[in-house]
Amino acid sequence: MATNKEIKFSDDALALIEKIIKRYPEGKHKSAILPILHIAQAEFDGWLSPEVMDYVASVLKIQPIEVYEVATFYTMFNLKPVGKCLIEVCHTGPCWLMGAEDVVRYIEKKLGIKNGETTADGMFTLKTVECLASCGTAPMMQIGETYHENLTLEKVDTILEEHRNAGVRRTHWEKEKIKS
Amino acid sequence: MARVTIDGHTIEVPDGTTIVEAARKIGGDIVPPTMCYYSTLKTSGGYCRTCLVKVTKGSDKDPRPMPKLVVGCRQTVMDGMEVQNITSPEVLEAREGVVEFLLLNHPLDCPVCDQAGECDLQDLSYGHGDEGTRTEFRRRTFPMRNIGDKIKLHMNRCIMCYRCVKVAEQLCPERVHGVLNRGWDAEISTYIEKAIDNEWSGNMIDVCPVGALTDKTFRFKSRVWFTKPLDAHRDCDVCCGRVALWVSGDAVLRVTGRKGVYHEIENTEDGKPGWICNTCRFEKKNLSDWVIEGPRHIDRHSVISQNHYEQLKQLKQDLSRQKLIGEKAHNN
Amino acid sequence: MGRQLLLDNLDKPGINTLNGYQETGGYESLRKALQMKPEDIVAEVQKSGLRGRGGAGFPTGMKWSFLAKPPGEPRYLICNADESEPGTFKDRYLMQRKPHILIEGMIISSFALGANTSFIYIRGEMMYVYHILQKAIDEAYAAGYLGKNILGSGFDLDLHVHCGAGAYICGEETALLESLEGKRGNPRIKPPFPAVKGLWGCPTVVNNVETIAAVVPIIRITGEEYAKIGIGKSTGTKLISASGHINKPGVYEIELGVPVEEFIYSEQYCGGIRNGKKLKAVVAGGSSVPVLPAELILKTANGEPRLMTYESLAEGGFATGTMLGSGGFIVMDEDTSVVKNVWNFSRFYHHESCGQCSPCREGTGWMYKILSRLLDGKGETKDIDLLWDIQRKIEGKTICPFGDAAAWPVAAAIRHFRSEFEQYIKNGKSDVKHYYRINNLQEI
Repeated sequence: MATNKEIKFSDDALALIEKIIKRYPEGKHKSAILPILHIAQAEFDGWLSPEVMDYVASVLKIQPIEVYEVATFYTMFNLKPVGKCLIEVCHTGPCWLMGAEDVVRYIEKKLGIKNGETTADGMFTLKTVECLASCGTAPMMQIGETYHENLTLEKVDTILEEHRNAGVRRTHWEKEKIKS
Repeated sequence: MARVTIDGHTIEVPDGTTIVEAARKIGGDIVPPTMCYYSTLKTSGGYCRTCLVKVTKGSDKDPRPMPKLVVGCRQTVMDGMEVQNITSPEVLEAREGVVEFLLLNHPLDCPVCDQAGECDLQDLSYGHGDEGTRTEFRRRTFPMRNIGDKIKLHMNRCIMCYRCVKVAEQLCPERVHGVLNRGWDAEISTYIEKAIDNEWSGNMIDVCPVGALTDKTFRFKSRVWFTKPLDAHRDCDVCCGRVALWVSGDAVLRVTGRKGVYHEIENTEDGKPGWICNTCRFEKKNLSDWVIEGPRHIDRHSVISQNHYEQLKQLKQDLSRQKLIGEKAHNN
Repeated sequence: MGRQLLLDNLDKPGINTLNGYQETGGYESLRKALQMKPEDIVAEVQKSGLRGRGGAGFPTGMKWSFLAKPPGEPRYLICNADESEPGTFKDRYLMQRKPHILIEGMIISSFALGANTSFIYIRGEMMYVYHILQKAIDEAYAAGYLGKNILGSGFDLDLHVHCGAGAYICGEETALLESLEGKRGNPRIKPPFPAVKGLWGCPTVVNNVETIAAVVPIIRITGEEYAKIGIGKSTGTKLISASGHINKPGVYEIELGVPVEEFIYSEQYCGGIRNGKKLKAVVAGGSSVPVLPAELILKTANGEPRLMTYESLAEGGFATGTMLGSGGFIVMDEDTSVVKNVWNFSRFYHHESCGQCSPCREGTGWMYKILSRLLDGKGETKDIDLLWDIQRKIEGKTICPFGDAAAWPVAAAIRHFRSEFEQYIKNGKSDVKHYYRINNLQEI
């Protein structure tokens, strides 16, 4: 995962970031930090290394600590490397009533990892998350921007198989949506 | 002006005064304790909830009581407001709860903590807490960190008052430390080990209400109650140069700002901020660096506020000697 | 099924596009509103009796009337689309299926409040809805509904969508503003209230998605007509997110006043409890509101039928009542362990506490640990009293309502299901159904 490649946003990302910053009044550009960090995760292997955060601070012209404070507050930002496919299973209230624990246990068993771990091939990371506002279609999980709802074990099999075959990195702000 | 009554004591204060500030003008036991509020740091207060009070009458204009307890450090007074602090069992019970929450994950390592004897949390728990503990869980722990070579961050002891962050924001040219993570896991940190390197950073130690930020040059040197506080000053081109020296024999063990009755650094007589620079705090550790003014009276804290040193004749003699030495050095 | 003011025409193909929306009369309310005076729109919303649909139920017209209007200072309208209250998914459903009703509502409301820049703050997890909204906004700009001099009215509005990044607390309006300013989502200490000092220190109104969307039909049918729907101070329609052990989970638009029993058992709505089981308990308004056992959710303590209104659900106070809240209606069947459910909610609140104030930061974690120990079969009788005492010392003592939201579920579970806690303590975990399976699944 660790590479020495230069940390720099793609031209598409820079154009998008510029557009986003313009949404906020003059001098209030710090507001753009959450969208920019999402874009950074899409551009830099799905997680925020200290170097990436420092880079975002330089892009936004703010102190690095302001980025660290924000990045560590919001749970969607990964502060450690994650697999290409981050499986986020909702385990709150209604999803729990509908069998979320089955889903988690099944994925753990199937992939041979525990919650929070990444498979040896770097393909999958399993993470339980709190309510994703999809309670009527529980149990559910999110991969990238996609909600997979009304899960059964067969469905989980199919979804994971598809992602394994595709082999592409999925992030909340999907990479292809950075191009406008 | 607004007239406010706190536990039966009435006082007139300028509009915009907070309940805590109004109570401090009255003084005595009716002053709500504070852990995170610091009168000279903007936007401080509101976090720890120890100063919760009951507003039984909103104002003359709108006499309705406030539905919930309010934080006295942030709530401003209205004309005719009536407040209950120690006369309200509800307030006392809530405060007992807050003390319990603040101690829930506190290591209670007072025997090895440099802050012991002048710790706001110790005072608070003696004054407002219940005996014993109802938690049996392992306490939250964090690794110990150095913030630069002079400041030790002992996060286990932190009560998240945010004062040190506000010092960095309001006194220092740039802020490199802050609050990271969230909720139960929130901590003060630089994220990556980064030295806080500027002239004012040492004031974080003085504002810390507990032993989370301590002076490494004083670490394990002495219990505070064995040291003698002296008022002293020097000409400093960075800060006001007015400090409290904590002395043992001829040795200056520690230099701090001059803290008043509410354990806040006091403004100087001419109204300037009393913050001191790191040179005065960490580098000037000889009596000859200072002009000694006399023993410092300590108002508040459990052990050192006995002020036994004030009565010691011998000390007074020592003092006059030291004062001479100091003045001589100063005049040279 | 009652009147459908928000979810009407949902099955019409293309309703998610500008054209499809316009074909069903979309943006007609905007045309009408732009002919009105802004204060008349506010008055119309006041007349409608619309109450905030995010959970607190505060009268929207009154909230709007509090907005300070210092000359020369911008005002902001923010739509709270940070829908994160467990059990609530109506806003996501509406935005995904019919984004333009929110856009239209935002334009009308911004015009009424005199805001020239407005934001929709959507939680980051709903990134695909963010893109749906962005597309709808682009369409609205192209059609002249946004930008300069909207439809020749002289009114300018820029509308942006802003994404969060995973924090329940950002649904609290001042935490949302902090987050929108690019900071940690720490609720602000009030006063000052956002109506005076909100986004970037300027007067700001924050409203829930459903509240803003409801302004569109209110302008169309008039506030007076809207107020005729519902009962008493619960006027209009409400989106209810129904989940849990029911035959037909989903989002239903009800006229406020439907009996709870009808809502649970009628084929129009939840269609009864699945697998022919009996109803055990309901959390009626999102995870924060008190859970009620079957007998108290169906009928009040006085034996009156409980109705889906703000007042009826609250009847009896917290001793025997609950709240309509956000309308997150979670149904539990007879096999459910209420203790485990409240443990689950406690974990949620422990995870989501921002950590600013001590009762919430420490108290939520403490309750979670005690409940975990209890579930492990290692609890003691005194733990129940301890839990009760802790929640009491959190409630009302915190910076924001999160503390109450964390305390109430624990209090209600003990109040109504104390014997179940005792059962855990007496028999350990073996005795109680410990976790819920995917429907009818036997083995993994």
